[in-house]
Amino acid sequence: MTQGTQSIHRETFVLNLGPQHPATHGVLRIKLTMDGEYIEDAEPVIGYGHRMQEKMGENRSYAKYLPNTARLDYVAAMFNTHGYVCAVERLAGIAVPERAEFIRVITAELNRVASHLLWVGAFLVDLGGFTPLLYTFDDREQILDLLEATTGARLTFCYYRFGGVCNDIDDDFVAGTRKFIAHLRSRMPMYHAFITKNIIFRKRCEEIAVISAETCRKFGATGPVIRGSGVAYDVRKLEPYSVYPRFNFNVPVYPEGDCMARYRVRMDEIEESLRILEQALDQLPGGPVMAEKVPRILKPAKGDCYFNVESARGTFGVRLVSDGTDKAYRLKLRSPCFSNLSLFQECSRGLLLPDALALLGSLDLVIPDIDR
Amino acid sequence: MWNYLKEIWLGTYSLMVGMWITLRLTFHRPVTVQYPYQTLKLPARFRGHVQLPLDANGKPKCVACMACARACPSNCITMEGHKPEGATRRELSKYTLDFTTCSLCGLCVESCNFDALEFSKDYNLASLDKGDYVMDLLKPAGKEQPK
Repeated sequence: MTQGTQSIHRETFVLNLGPQHPATHGVLRIKLTMDGEYIEDAEPVIGYGHRMQEKMGENRSYAKYLPNTARLDYVAAMFNTHGYVCAVERLAGIAVPERAEFIRVITAELNRVASHLLWVGAFLVDLGGFTPLLYTFDDREQILDLLEATTGARLTFCYYRFGGVCNDIDDDFVAGTRKFIAHLRSRMPMYHAFITKNIIFRKRCEEIAVISAETCRKFGATGPVIRGSGVAYDVRKLEPYSVYPRFNFNVPVYPEGDCMARYRVRMDEIEESLRILEQALDQLPGGPVMAEKVPRILKPAKGDCYFNVESARGTFGVRLVSDGTDKAYRLKLRSPCFSNLSLFQECSRGLLLPDALALLGSLDLVIPDIDR
Repeated sequence: MWNYLKEIWLGTYSLMVGMWITLRLTFHRPVTVQYPYQTLKLPARFRGHVQLPLDANGKPKCVACMACARACPSNCITMEGHKPEGATRRELSKYTLDFTTCSLCGLCVESCNFDALEFSKDYNLASLDKGDYVMDLLKPAGKEQPK
């Protein structure tokens, strides 16, 4: 190689990836240093959607912070509220009635299915296939209709309260959920036939952007990302909360670590969630949905607690420090998307640009959850 | 060579399966609703902006206890009350909802002990004037707002 061609070969350029308009939601900028079509370095630039959610939790009362929790990860809002109310309940020593715990599990699992369905559609749009989005949205809308009839909102549910849930579910909801379980089960073979077995999809995903279990541990990646790298890490099994220990379900694990493995984990999780839903509806007990004597102005005793839940994207953790007043002294939110994005810089080195987009899509990022 | 041909055949087959599913669903009933010509029925628990339901005498049930204003996370409710002479309970003299800061969480409705607040089913709230969103909820019914 002559001197001239060598210097041409080394020339790199910077490519800004992602929407950065103030009016768009979910603004993530990635500064790519490109060597032709290959990525030399990728630096995620975050913070465009930072809303000081943690600080807001420290300057308002516990109950007033509840609506905020639905606005962290708005695709799977139930889990954030679940983590927060459980942390406060642990601090304040509030016992939740059994029926309320069941309703929480049912609504949270419905939300997980909705979130994964949205991800499948959006991931395929990232890869260049538009049609599946319409099918997954059709199914997701049915879940949102069920949840809207119960909670009153389609995305920002704000349904859980300290000591239970604000509305009881009715027979229509139970019947509708059962009908939906049967419907989605009948649709799954169709998804597998035209997505999982599709040759273009497989060529874009198999053995692309392999993430090792070690890398996942290094960056704290959780959820389907680490389970797609062969580690059976699921908070519902390892640190069981709510009534999850009563249900029989598997944690899907695929050891390959590529985009296909992460896709398969999520598709299997939809089916496992349907199993949990079915069991929860069968075992649903009667009784109240709110604990008795929960004070309107909550003043938990001095203390420090951490509570994590398995969100649709990974481990969502809440650390609460109380100083005995009606406001939290410190609120720390551990969001799964932030940790999952962190490994992008290391894993995208040397990838082709379209493959890096497949990696970015397979991480299932919700940007307001990264920035908080 | 054999593998290459096999891959082409399997690839073509998988694409045909996808096309067949698309073709089959083409003849299904549409799932979309042609808004605004068609609208869906809102569920009973739909959380719109709040409104003051009237009692049998056509007056708001509110006794101006301020519980909703205190429960609101974004301080978007301003209210004033007075006690008319000879009356047994307080009455509202002003109730303003600043809808620009409302996040439709419903904590105000939950905090009310007198069933004096309810969710409206009104969702056609687009406007070019910000002033339209500072709603005077005591205005006589029939005057739709904002325009």
